[in-house]
Amino acid sequence: MLELALKGSKRYYGWIAGLLAVIGVGFGCYLWQLSFGLGITGMSRDVSWGFYIAQFTFLVGVAASAVMLVLPYYLHHYKAFGRITILGEFLAVSSVTMCVLFIVVDLGQPMRLLNVMLYPTPNSVLFWDMIVLNGYLFLNIIIGWQVLQGERNGVAPPKWVKTLIYISIPWAVSIHTVTAFLYCGLPGRGFWLTAILAPRFLASAFAAGPAFLILLCLLVRKLTKFDPGKEQIQTLAKIVTYGIILNVFFFLCEVFVVFYSKIPEHMDHMIYLFKGLHGHGVLVPWMWTSIALMVFSIILLVNPFTRQKEGILLVACLCVFFGTWIDKGLGMISGGFVPSPLHYVNEYVPTAPEIAITIGVYATGFLVLTLLFKIATSVKEELEGV
Amino acid sequence: MSQNNHHDKEEKKMYNKGEVITGLVLFAVIFAFPFWYNMGKAAPVPEPVLTEQAKAAKECIKPKALMKTDHMQILNDWRNSVARDRNRIYVNSSNKEFDMSLSNNCLDCHSNKAEFCDKCHTYASVSPYCWDCHIDKPKEK
Amino acid sequence: MENSRRTFLKIAGISALGLSAKPVLDAFALDIDMLNKKINAAPKNGALTAKRWGMVIDTRKLETEEALKPMIEVCHKIHNVPVHENKRHEIKWIWEEGFKHAFPDLEHEYVNERVEHLPFLVLCNHCKDAPCVRACPTKATFKQADGIVAMDFHRCIGCRFCMAACPYGSRSFNFRDPRPFIAEINKKYPTRMRGVVEKCNFCSERLDEGLQPACVEASNGALVFGDLENPESEVRQLLKTNYTIRRKVALGTGPSVYYIV
Repeated sequence: MLELALKGSKRYYGWIAGLLAVIGVGFGCYLWQLSFGLGITGMSRDVSWGFYIAQFTFLVGVAASAVMLVLPYYLHHYKAFGRITILGEFLAVSSVTMCVLFIVVDLGQPMRLLNVMLYPTPNSVLFWDMIVLNGYLFLNIIIGWQVLQGERNGVAPPKWVKTLIYISIPWAVSIHTVTAFLYCGLPGRGFWLTAILAPRFLASAFAAGPAFLILLCLLVRKLTKFDPGKEQIQTLAKIVTYGIILNVFFFLCEVFVVFYSKIPEHMDHMIYLFKGLHGHGVLVPWMWTSIALMVFSIILLVNPFTRQKEGILLVACLCVFFGTWIDKGLGMISGGFVPSPLHYVNEYVPTAPEIAITIGVYATGFLVLTLLFKIATSVKEELEGV
Repeated sequence: MSQNNHHDKEEKKMYNKGEVITGLVLFAVIFAFPFWYNMGKAAPVPEPVLTEQAKAAKECIKPKALMKTDHMQILNDWRNSVARDRNRIYVNSSNKEFDMSLSNNCLDCHSNKAEFCDKCHTYASVSPYCWDCHIDKPKEK
Repeated sequence: MENSRRTFLKIAGISALGLSAKPVLDAFALDIDMLNKKINAAPKNGALTAKRWGMVIDTRKLETEEALKPMIEVCHKIHNVPVHENKRHEIKWIWEEGFKHAFPDLEHEYVNERVEHLPFLVLCNHCKDAPCVRACPTKATFKQADGIVAMDFHRCIGCRFCMAACPYGSRSFNFRDPRPFIAEINKKYPTRMRGVVEKCNFCSERLDEGLQPACVEASNGALVFGDLENPESEVRQLLKTNYTIRRKVALGTGPSVYYIV
């Protein structure tokens, strides 16, 4: 099936060339980072994780969201999703690829990466994260590929694929749970030290992921002759609605606990993010934008009249995606490090090369996504004889 | 996958002959790059130079041949022993004791790093990063 | 017959994979051997040993910033700790903090004037149950037999999980090559390279030589170092006769550095 990725229009090749150019710039900056060290980023002694780890966290969520298609189809026999589960699985593959790349670019000594396997350390959550992420990547590659190939050849996929599919359902939940455990098990970081972090991560994942998938479905319909389907998009929209409402609800639970208990270790981070602390507050406008986007999207999504209009749904999905991106991709990591455990307010702002590397990784993910979606939609077009 | 089954045996021929053969030749040329690029440029194998101190000592911690082939392995064992277990004394087969320290012991005797270490490493095209941290000249000489 | 090309390619592919897997497997086998092999080694004669090293800092003898300076300087000098002009890249093993930063959970508006302005010496607490050790995915930071939380710089992948885990801000990361920023290199001790985390090691290299930690030696008796699990040790005697505080005890990490205020 790989050959399907090679047959495309001029526009298709233009897009790929563009992505390769962006990847090239990012890679160049990465070589600079390799030789100089992580000092070219905005990270510091106090904010020792930054943009890379934040993007990683956000994208684990996007990856996990494939389960929102797989679960209704395979466990509840919701047939309509059979048409697009492959899109969810391939989105997961490209998201996990980005996650792994973000971890690698964040390492100070990437050539020693294999030490994680040479000296396995089960008490480290990062060790488990490595296992669940790689496992999820392979599960989705194998499942997606087998199911699509079966579909193309008009035969049912081998039986063992079904077993892998059932495994992939709890596995999807595990990747984001383990990722939340990276943060919420650390004693000195009040912002993350909350049992609701994993559920909150999952809720925002099940909002952001399917929202992005809706955007992709609309794009696929526009660019190819394969229509993912109106019903499919509407069902996804309902999932997004529940996801984003739960995310905001969990966030409000957090706000109550933090501000009613008034424990400074927990409260100071929230104050920093939403009001500014000791005169520092680069993230304040972002955080309020995030809240506004999420609330606005809920208004659009809850109302069936607006949700059912695809033009409005598109706007709502953009709001969900960027709202949750700010929440997790900007605020979640910096917010946990400011103020520092010694109660200093040293802010973090990413630098230009850091952003270039980040965009390079995103471009790599989009390249993988483009190729996989090209294959999937070409097969679908073949089957529908259009 | 099996669309070609209707072809008769007589019809068997190579498709895209030109491209395939050009591709194969290109592949072979590129694959063999290290061989033809370095052809005729083989440098003589360097011999590590010993300092007077090293010569006087006659024997290293292990026989010379073993040191030549296994020094990297030994240094690895040493670093694990020192950095992790803090067992800093090495006892060799003739019960002689040595302080396991690259900078403070190995390079004390072999104080000519350029002639003793670098020459061979450059020849073998290996660049161990020991010296990013460990000081290469413990004593001015 | 038509299938023969396919079969050929399949067999060729599998053979190629097999051939290339062999050296990889060999390399792994070698590595595993390497990891398990114990060499004939022993600690140095006269090394100081303990079940769990600890420190008592008597702040009554360290009332000014000037008094702390020699300890900080000697530590950073002998361990080749660089001085970066960019504060983001700062590296420190032992330094001075005000009360509200060293003990943010004990600070209040009517705190005694002496304590409010007292400079506190802070360093790695070598916790009994260290969160950084728990977090490290490669055992590059680990607990040694004498309770010291050590760093194996050879193994550190620079993921900085330990920095997020440490509630005392005791860890620094080499954001760039430290060598150009070391005024005078101590040739007896290695430097670090970019991309690894570092912190105080309770001077384990000096303990192995039978010497007290450098800061203790430079403290004129204000710092006392000893075995916390030996009731006869000087630290235990001090703990018995003085009221002491530790940093963020509520977190349950069990810091091994005590302060007499």
